[in-house]
Amino acid sequence: MQRIGVFVCHCGSNIAATVDVKKVAEMALMEPGVVHAEDYQYMCSEAGQARIQEAIKEKNLTGIVVCSCSPRMHENTFRKAVERAGLNPYMVEVANIREHCSWIHKDIEEATKKAVILMRAAVAKVNLNTPLKPGESRVTKRALVIGGGIAGIQTALDIADAGYKVDIVEKTPSIGGRMSQVDKTFPTLDCSACILTPKMVEANAHENITIYTYSEVENVSGFVGDFTVDIRKKARSVDMTKCTGCGVCQEKCPSKKTPSEFNRGLNNRSAIYTPFAQAIPNVPVIDREACIKFKTGKCGLCSKVCQAGAIDYDQKDEIITEKYGAIVVATGFDMIKLDKYDEYAYSQSKDVITSLELERIMNAAGPTKGHLERMSDGKPPKEMVFIQCVGSRCSDDRGKSYCSKICCMYTAKHAMLIRDKYPDVNVTVFYIDVRTPGKNFDEFYRRAVEDYGVNYIKGQVGKVIPQSNGKLLVRGVDLIDQKQIVKEADMVVLAAAIEPNPDVRKIATMLTASIDTNNFLTEAHAKLRPVESPTAGIFLSGVCQGPKDIPETVSQAGAAAVKAIGLLAKDKLMTNPCTAHSDELLCNGCSNCANVCPYGAISYEDKEVNDHGKREVRRIAQVNSALCQGCGACTVTCPSGAMDLQGFSNRQILAEVDAICR
Amino acid sequence: MSTEKKQAEQIKEISGVNPLKCMKCGKCSASCPSYNEMDIKPHQFVSYVQNEDIESLVNSKSLWKCLSCFACVERCPRDVKPGKLIDAARQIVVRQKGQDYLLADEIPELLDPDVPQQLLVSAFRRYRR
Amino acid sequence: MSIEANEEFRPKIVAFCCNWCSYAGADLAGSSRLAYPADVKIIRVPCSCRVNPMFILRAFEKGADGVIMCGCHPGDCHYSTGNYYARRRMTLLFSMLDYIGVENGRTRVEWVSAAEGVKFSTTMNEFVEKIHSLGKNVRLGDLRCRN
Repeated sequence: MQRIGVFVCHCGSNIAATVDVKKVAEMALMEPGVVHAEDYQYMCSEAGQARIQEAIKEKNLTGIVVCSCSPRMHENTFRKAVERAGLNPYMVEVANIREHCSWIHKDIEEATKKAVILMRAAVAKVNLNTPLKPGESRVTKRALVIGGGIAGIQTALDIADAGYKVDIVEKTPSIGGRMSQVDKTFPTLDCSACILTPKMVEANAHENITIYTYSEVENVSGFVGDFTVDIRKKARSVDMTKCTGCGVCQEKCPSKKTPSEFNRGLNNRSAIYTPFAQAIPNVPVIDREACIKFKTGKCGLCSKVCQAGAIDYDQKDEIITEKYGAIVVATGFDMIKLDKYDEYAYSQSKDVITSLELERIMNAAGPTKGHLERMSDGKPPKEMVFIQCVGSRCSDDRGKSYCSKICCMYTAKHAMLIRDKYPDVNVTVFYIDVRTPGKNFDEFYRRAVEDYGVNYIKGQVGKVIPQSNGKLLVRGVDLIDQKQIVKEADMVVLAAAIEPNPDVRKIATMLTASIDTNNFLTEAHAKLRPVESPTAGIFLSGVCQGPKDIPETVSQAGAAAVKAIGLLAKDKLMTNPCTAHSDELLCNGCSNCANVCPYGAISYEDKEVNDHGKREVRRIAQVNSALCQGCGACTVTCPSGAMDLQGFSNRQILAEVDAICR
Repeated sequence: MSTEKKQAEQIKEISGVNPLKCMKCGKCSASCPSYNEMDIKPHQFVSYVQNEDIESLVNSKSLWKCLSCFACVERCPRDVKPGKLIDAARQIVVRQKGQDYLLADEIPELLDPDVPQQLLVSAFRRYRR
Repeated sequence: MSIEANEEFRPKIVAFCCNWCSYAGADLAGSSRLAYPADVKIIRVPCSCRVNPMFILRAFEKGADGVIMCGCHPGDCHYSTGNYYARRRMTLLFSMLDYIGVENGRTRVEWVSAAEGVKFSTTMNEFVEKIHSLGKNVRLGDLRCRN
């Protein structure tokens, strides 16, 4: 039996004016287990807390009920106070007689009656409280960043600068990501490579950063502070320690017919390749699908020309297992496939391109050395048409429901750059809305219209028809002039929607991080915790969370880094003790609880149990208290009633129900 | 409920279209082969229904100029389908006159299964008018 | 069971509120001094998905006249998906209760966010009014608990 003390707070006149606090204290003494009851002006004050502490010592109290304001306000205060008096902090319950009683009722008799009932419910609950101890788990002081684009690089740099070890896992042969494919950046028009490559070099040279390129995360186990991750380092067929990056192998390679991923298939690359000249690491990989040596066994030219002897055809995939305290997802995005948009003739004409392809065409290191020309015949275009919102803002199954956010700005950038470099080229942009929220963004767009004479037409294009003369017939509408527009264009650029990297599904499953219907990772709170996943220890950086431009990505990357650092800076994690646990005698191992758990906190193990003298091995649910957040979904789902939640147990809540309905 | 409001509701019901979904991109008008013949343009159908100005819609040239080619229905990114709206308006006119021009016996036995049924039906209506 | 004819009917109403949204919404109703009848007593649970149908049955068994469950708005659950489970469970439970004669009006699910003090208060006022119109719940009460 508990020895309970009830403390009724006046809260000045906030409670005492409508609730007869003396009566509540008096009634409390009639409740089972209550051995002490008193009222005081301000229970939360220093003196009020001291009264509780004294009573605990004098009367040997084992449970405390404070009738005061909302537990959301002062539950922690009282928990700490009783802890200082040597009592377990979870032996405190708060009856909310201010927000839920005195403030909303006027009649003293009625309010007092209700306060007594609320007090009774709290006493009934405390009678069943058990001392709870927060668990402790250790923190591995190392972070993993999945994805080596600008988001991943920035996050890694920030974490590394704070003094923690970071590993970057990048799927392609080089870090750099989408930003390395971009020619210029809005709204300042500085060259993307000029601002990105120094960061790539810095990450590579940083003593706290290890970069695994051409590698993928294969398996993740563990929980916040203590993840174990298997990383598959795919066979590069080139010894990274020996290669000098001279590039002779790529020149001599006879297999040169593979579409270049980096140049979006606009030109071809060799079988042994680095994606681009500034690649980090500057070590090529052999594409075994395209390599003649791997396909036929004959060739081996690269090995012959390599003076460093770095070519290693026998290299095997390697699995690296490492422990991490925090994981940052920075998997980025890709353009959607346009195979469902036949009306824009993307697959029929080489001169219908996506914006990212135009980015490569405009780039001095791109397939056309930066000259704007048609991919079909190499001729310079005279008429260019840009089509906005291709696959964005769609409610049908062809596109995405969201706004891709970056297209309005990069199209303004493209249009402006073309008009600047080739003033005789006419540029027409068909738009639905021009969305430019951002610092200096609208000014930038207006400059494209006012200073560079880009022709913006409010309306959409219905069809693009390739003509026999090599031109493209564009049929669109001008909604302001109420005219259908039919014009011949030399090139059509589609602002295709962006979508999360398709690999993110697999990664999210491994991390038990939730994703939305569009495959974007879900944040823990849309406004207040935008860079954390609901799964503890997983952080989000960049477009994997939602469409964003480079400045936004970099700021989010920094924010994710800070959250990860905040975690790594702790030596131990205190876990919420109000977690679920299963009764092994009742559990039948049905897996229902694991299916509803949003945190992947429940696993099963075969365990020998002693069921009333009968010993047998059973499959039993185990709750990892470091992962469990205490929602209680499993407790209700459990068909055998084996799951219960500490701090909000079935018996406790039933006792409250009984007390209220008494 | 006023007649026009009733008709607007009727159009929504027949077409199964929610005009509120329209984001006014104009892709329907950009796709329409009879655009130049029309007085009320395809992208405007939506606002006529929304503003319950059915009177203008049913008296427009567009009502009978629409070919029911379904280009707008196919390409609409928001599932608004202006072609279905105008077809519904057409049906209202036909129903109002209390004359159903299509007799079951007159439907040919063999129909090209690729022809949208709605195209066939509206063609019949126009032919018999 | 004996209720004197002149005695005013004061229903017993149990409200389950999730800690993150609805309980905070109730707190806001309090700090905004938005009155609702004292018949409503709130039980705090971590999430609406913690509410076991057993709790509701027990409340009716012990003489409650109405039970309302409040949670975060769909999509806003602190634990991502808890309120979806709660919604499904309650739909089933309420139809079953209705079947055995506990009228649908005696049970209710409402989504109340931490910012919706007004909604909390109006919901409770409505609910109490509804229970008044339905009168005392006699269907599920355990006769042993009665005088």
